[in-house]
Amino acid sequence: MFRKNSFLLAIIVIGLIACTSKKEAEEAAKKSPTPSEIASKQPEVHGTEVKDVELTNPLNQVWVEAGKKNYDLKCLACHKLTDEKLVGPGWAGVTKRRQPVWILNMITNVDMMLDSDPEAQKLLEECLVRMPNQNLTQAEARELLEFMRRNDGEK
Amino acid sequence: MKTKLFSLQIFVGLLIIVLTLALGCKPQNPSTAVIGDAAQKVYVAPGQYDEFYNLVSGGFNGQVSVYGLPSGRLLKIIPVFSQFPESGWGYSEETKPMLNTSHGFVPWDDAHHLAFSTTNGEHDGRWAFINGNNTPRIARIDFGSFRTEEILEIPNSSGNHSSPFLTENTEYAIAGTRFGFPLDDAGSNPDVPIDSYRENFKSVVSFVRIDPESGQMSMGFQLLFPGMDFDLSKGGKGPSHDWAFFSCYNSELAHTLLEVNASQKDKDFIMAVNWKKCEEYVKAGKGKVLKSRYAHNLYDDTKHQANSVIETETIVLDPRELKDVVYLMPCPKSPHGCDVNPTGEYIAGSGKLAAVVPVFSFQKMLQAIENKTFDGEYEGMPVLNYDAVLHGEVKKPGLGPLHTEFDDEGFAYTSCFVSSEIAKWNVKTLEVVDRIPTYYSIGHLMVPGGNTAHPHGKYVVAYNKITKDRYLPTGPELTQSAQLYDITGGKMKLLLDFPTVGEPHYAEAIPASLVKDRSVRFFKIEDNQHAYAAKGEKEAKVFREGNKVHVNMTSIRSHFTPDNIEGVKLGDEVYFHVTNLEQDWDVPHGFAIKGNDNAEILIMPGETCTLKWVPDKVGVIPFYCTDFCSALHQEMQGYIRVSPRGTNIALSYSTNKKPDSESK
Repeated sequence: MFRKNSFLLAIIVIGLIACTSKKEAEEAAKKSPTPSEIASKQPEVHGTEVKDVELTNPLNQVWVEAGKKNYDLKCLACHKLTDEKLVGPGWAGVTKRRQPVWILNMITNVDMMLDSDPEAQKLLEECLVRMPNQNLTQAEARELLEFMRRNDGEK
Repeated sequence: MKTKLFSLQIFVGLLIIVLTLALGCKPQNPSTAVIGDAAQKVYVAPGQYDEFYNLVSGGFNGQVSVYGLPSGRLLKIIPVFSQFPESGWGYSEETKPMLNTSHGFVPWDDAHHLAFSTTNGEHDGRWAFINGNNTPRIARIDFGSFRTEEILEIPNSSGNHSSPFLTENTEYAIAGTRFGFPLDDAGSNPDVPIDSYRENFKSVVSFVRIDPESGQMSMGFQLLFPGMDFDLSKGGKGPSHDWAFFSCYNSELAHTLLEVNASQKDKDFIMAVNWKKCEEYVKAGKGKVLKSRYAHNLYDDTKHQANSVIETETIVLDPRELKDVVYLMPCPKSPHGCDVNPTGEYIAGSGKLAAVVPVFSFQKMLQAIENKTFDGEYEGMPVLNYDAVLHGEVKKPGLGPLHTEFDDEGFAYTSCFVSSEIAKWNVKTLEVVDRIPTYYSIGHLMVPGGNTAHPHGKYVVAYNKITKDRYLPTGPELTQSAQLYDITGGKMKLLLDFPTVGEPHYAEAIPASLVKDRSVRFFKIEDNQHAYAAKGEKEAKVFREGNKVHVNMTSIRSHFTPDNIEGVKLGDEVYFHVTNLEQDWDVPHGFAIKGNDNAEILIMPGETCTLKWVPDKVGVIPFYCTDFCSALHQEMQGYIRVSPRGTNIALSYSTNKKPDSESK
């Protein structure tokens, strides 16, 4: 039994190491961007301060959906949608407590906020983890804000 | 008139200095060798950047280390051919295929020579290539990721030493075998008596094609030679663009006690190969297909996974049949270095055991080929007349000349191993104009861009084999070192020495401005196509395939999801596929688990890495983040419960799940 298993295992291991045909590998390699291409596509969103945000009613549903997607990918690990604090504060009520500009700057320009904004600094003292810059664009941050407004009951 | 007189004075002055040094050949007292403003010249203030990246081969450590110049600060170690537990290179499931070869998994190599990609003979800041000497391989490091992105095994080779020097536009990387070996028509290494060397053993020179866009390597063609043992090589430049040059040290075809038996002849050879013509012969179908098994390993930066493919064929040309692709230039006594100057006109061959450095002229070589100024043949290949191809000899450069680099002002720098010094000489007049001691036993040396059509100049760096009394003693094994000299004035000046990681062989340096803005900062999580990526905590899960348990786990400052796992049983193999959800520069997370007969993994932002663990005991085992990531890094930990074989505990996983009693 053991021998049979190790034989199977060997086959699987060999398969894992060289499971793709040469052609497939070459095709895949062609499609895969080189590190230099990756480097040239890096969004750099540090340091542009958001000064003005326009809110519209009713909510933009496309933005709400897009915002939720990014919430699942980049925010949910630390922020709940209730008022419970996890790593960072829960999001319930955040759009009532904070100005839209403050929220957008916290998302896209967190280093500036932690350096200069007293409210942001207060949160750092409570949470002790610097909020990561998750490299969202201003447009993506605006979509997230729409999702937060929905979370706070706006329609 | 005045300037003439002035240069005469300089000449006489230099002559006196040279004579003084040559007569009193002892190195200066080390403590007096450093000039007054040396500290200022190498001081790079905190927060300031170095002017050059210096990538240094690690020799027997199989790695590349990255230093800043002029400070000599170590910035990074790039694992290449050797497993590197610190990052999980060669331990993680994704990187194991990078070290696959036709012999299976080979976790170590001896990495000697770096070659930076060039366009029109100048550094273009795209890739660095390095050879594996022991199990013949060439690796490509990308200047965007500072990681090894590709490794190609070189078939029909033993001791891939004269490698991976590049042709002028990075068309090919060159690889010549250092050890002759038996090769039969079926492309195998047959079982023959060793003393049948002359009859059965071959040396092979390979030209590895490099894709101009992606940098990806593939075997171009190979040339078959008698077992003459190739040592070093360089691609031509400018007028010599179509050619590559190799030194060989065993024209005697010896197979035992080579230090005596391969040093019999007065001259071995610098071999000139017209690779352009070879290319045409291959296109014309003159090559023979040889069955050969070799691995080609490629890392994919969106799948975050390496893939290894075994190739099965190469194309071989026989230069003795083709007649006009290979010419031999006699070179005194076991030549080592074989270096082409920036204009591509001069080739310096360094006979290790010779008292001169012969410098060959490319134009004279072409002339001699045209006029058939041959001194007979060696094993069926034309030998050019020494005097007909010689530009001249550098007399008394020092003892044991090894390698030569060039600056941007028409000077050459030759390392002299036996007399521990660098000799500076004028490429046109061949006069030695300066010499300076090294501490001790210099091997390779490097001028930034000194191998290109337009050297950046400024410094020469000596890479020393022996440091003896230079640093605090550390037991029987001492560090090797690099020494930085200023070459901006007429005289070389020692500025700094610093210990190196591993044993440095050839190195290159490139202006930081050509590289630094290409650095990858993180991988976009949206682009991650790893088969087991958890893109967001909602995708984190644990599932079973037979006795394999896959944990698709996320990490972000400062917790793992899931961080409590149960239902694993003895006999299971657990694969932790950890996705780093961070999207900011310089925020890797680490992952390690107690008792694992494996390494840790370091996961870069947006990347997924897999660590395999086969539990050997029942119990609750902790895992944790090894890379200090935040104030709550110490809390970044979790547990996995291992139950006995056959128990009935279902697979379950969670993060922050409160016990039922607490939540009610």
